[in-house]
Amino acid sequence: MATKVVMEALSPTMEEGRLVKWTKAVGEPVKSGETLAEVETDKAVMELIARADGQLLQQVVPEGATVPVGDVVAYVGAPGESASATTVGAQPSAVSPQPPAVSVAASRPTAAAVVTAPADATRVKASPLARRIAQEQGVDLKLVLGSGPGGRVVRKDLEGAAAPVPRPPSPVPQLTSPVPVTASGDAYDDVPLTQIRKTIAKRLATSLGPVPHFFLTSDVDMERATEARDALNRQLGDQGQGQKISFNDIILKAVALSLTKHRACNAWWQDDHIRFWNEVHLGMAVAIEDGLITPVLRYADRRSLSEIGVVARELAQRARERRLKPEEYTGSTFSVSNLGMFDIDEFTAVINPPEAGIVAVGAIVPKAVVVDGAVVVHRRVRLTMSCDHRVIDGATGAAFLKTLKQMLENPLAMLL
Amino acid sequence: MANQFDVIVLGGGPAGYTCAIRAAQLGLATAVIEREKLGGVCVNIGCIPTKALLHSAYIAHLLSGSADFGVEAGTVKTDYGIAMKRSRKVADQNSRGVEFLMKKHKITVIKGSGVLQPGRKVKVGADVLEAKKAVVIATGSRVKGIPQIGLEINKSTVISSDEALLLEQVPASLAVIGAGAVGMEFADIFNAFGVPVTLIEALPRILPLEDADASAELAKSYRKRGITVIAGANVTKATVGKDKVTLDVEAGGAKQQVETAAVLMAAGRAVNTENVGLKECGIQLTERGFIKVDRNLQTSAAGYYAIGDVAGPPMLAHKGSREGVVVAELIAGLKPHAIRYDNVPSVTYCHPEVASIGLNEEQCKEQKLDYAAGRFPFSANGRARGTGETEGFVKILRDKKYGEILGAHIVGSHASEMIHELAVARENEYTVEEVDLAIHAHPTMSEAVAEAALDSLGRALNI
Repeated sequence: MATKVVMEALSPTMEEGRLVKWTKAVGEPVKSGETLAEVETDKAVMELIARADGQLLQQVVPEGATVPVGDVVAYVGAPGESASATTVGAQPSAVSPQPPAVSVAASRPTAAAVVTAPADATRVKASPLARRIAQEQGVDLKLVLGSGPGGRVVRKDLEGAAAPVPRPPSPVPQLTSPVPVTASGDAYDDVPLTQIRKTIAKRLATSLGPVPHFFLTSDVDMERATEARDALNRQLGDQGQGQKISFNDIILKAVALSLTKHRACNAWWQDDHIRFWNEVHLGMAVAIEDGLITPVLRYADRRSLSEIGVVARELAQRARERRLKPEEYTGSTFSVSNLGMFDIDEFTAVINPPEAGIVAVGAIVPKAVVVDGAVVVHRRVRLTMSCDHRVIDGATGAAFLKTLKQMLENPLAMLL
Repeated sequence: MANQFDVIVLGGGPAGYTCAIRAAQLGLATAVIEREKLGGVCVNIGCIPTKALLHSAYIAHLLSGSADFGVEAGTVKTDYGIAMKRSRKVADQNSRGVEFLMKKHKITVIKGSGVLQPGRKVKVGADVLEAKKAVVIATGSRVKGIPQIGLEINKSTVISSDEALLLEQVPASLAVIGAGAVGMEFADIFNAFGVPVTLIEALPRILPLEDADASAELAKSYRKRGITVIAGANVTKATVGKDKVTLDVEAGGAKQQVETAAVLMAAGRAVNTENVGLKECGIQLTERGFIKVDRNLQTSAAGYYAIGDVAGPPMLAHKGSREGVVVAELIAGLKPHAIRYDNVPSVTYCHPEVASIGLNEEQCKEQKLDYAAGRFPFSANGRARGTGETEGFVKILRDKKYGEILGAHIVGSHASEMIHELAVARENEYTVEEVDLAIHAHPTMSEAVAEAALDSLGRALNI
């Protein structure tokens, strides 16, 4: 009888593993101790080792599939042995078929094979019966690989798929930055969650609350931005245009441009996946009489400074008059909140879900700073970025903030 | 090489010719070997001609009661010879239809008996054909008698469906042995043509594979029409005379003698596995005599597949033709949807018709399933009342926990057409709720299907 190869717990907290890559092909000889596959755990990519000699008879799960610990991923046995004899009952010891017969069984996932959801995870195809069973058993259909027509989840895909067990609390794992895929031509790209990101999400959400915030503050020199603003406004004045550029406009523009260079921050947390936006829609928090609303400056990265000025003021005005249409205050991908006009030096803003970040802008104040060994007075502003740790890690947020600081300290960088 | 093909199909019945068409669609050079007429038993001496005869029977039955509908038909006379000739015409049309399909798909048809040889070769007469990819065995099945008790088919007083289909005139009386689909249909036909019919079944009830409610409904209907129904009966002895047969029948402890002009053997079929070279190619059989196949219908010899009746039960044309499609796709390297053998509908075209899919109530009990049975009789259906065809019912067996349709059974006019709603539902894993949610046109017989679904939930509307 063929030996089952199961997904092993490669780390103490591992409950499931994603089969990243098969390193042995079906039919290849296998020796005990050799690497069969690479498996991504909640911590790292590790090797799944063969525990038996023979030949790799069958790969039960495809590359990219996520499998609970203990589930069969492959069979190792003597050449010609029936790989699935242990699960599908006796079969004639068929000689290799001629022509190579496609095994219906082999092309299907095992009953309990659970994989990360496909790119479009918002809609799950499942039979009415499968939906009922999933509901009853508490199985998330988004995590089940369907074997029916077009990947539809059917009853047998749910056989053996038990309800997920809540994870015991354990130390926050070491974090790495999620790498957004190369931008597609679409409005956004949905990237499935990796194991490590799932773990980050679960741990941080249970320890810090629904949205696990952390904060980064940067002190930004605004001397050159002030010079640039004055020059631009003089020019606009000469051209007879009444509309002047504000510091807020410059900050909005700089944030929008920085986001195009740090797509990891221009993202939505979507529970089972992260949506990395290829468009920048900036929410700008505006205080209104009985609260706060965040009108959206659409395509902020593509607009000129003067255009941003006009649109932002118009939106803020209508926000205060409570005349915004729903589409004008929804759909932002990142937000900016400015309390500088209230003489607030610095503050932390609360993230506007599902966005992953917001920049809080304090007042621009003259400060004594050391330049070239001499104490001089420069106008400075403190920017504090709130990050959703499920999406943005410390270094990712810091890199974004550094770019933003560079752009404001050297406005010409915005032309780069 | 003129004698080289990608795929060679041995047998041109529903399984074989369908396999050939699908293979040709997928670009494979395909040959079909058939020793008789294309279409096999189904088209020539099975499904198709019997349906023609059953319609003659239906008309006779309708006319005999038409006065109640305000249509006076006078004395109704029947002529089996004319009905038989019409049924032959229908069968021939269908066989020619298959010939046309073979031409249309550029499939080579070879007339003759094929014998398999090792190396994916088939010998037909002096010619040896070679298949580059695969040989598909679709040799089908045939009727068989019960020689142990002296009931060997002699084609005069002891006949099979093969002979019954070609009779010029009806026998003076007829005993039908076996009350499965074939026996039930011929009992219906000959009764309508005025023949005193005795229907004998060894198992405790007629239509033994159907739900017990269906068996009871048909027994009631047949008895009302004057058919003698003896179930749980053992034919202990048969004395075959020149123009009569005497059967000693034992049923329920009582012995009786049945004298009849002819006996129609409708019990069991034998698969055609002899003289086709199976052994020579290393193709093994199962204990029951079918060709042994794996889940991909591959035999124990590489490159040889088996489909249809020879590959195992249920011995139904539609099961065979689906296997033909699947095997053609496998040979072409596709990954076809696996056949769900528990979702093959079963139909008996007697009057009223019996159609079913999935488990019957007995099987639900045996498997200790937690089920609820929903029933709706056609006597409560407006359309059925209008046509005067109020016999029968729809019965749906629902899994109590998830609402899965475990089985469905329809007895009634057009049951054969109505069963497919439930086949679609089961194939797609719809529950009884989805069956009800689909709006059913009023007035139709099919409303009874939705009502039975509702009744399984305890909320039928019209009863």
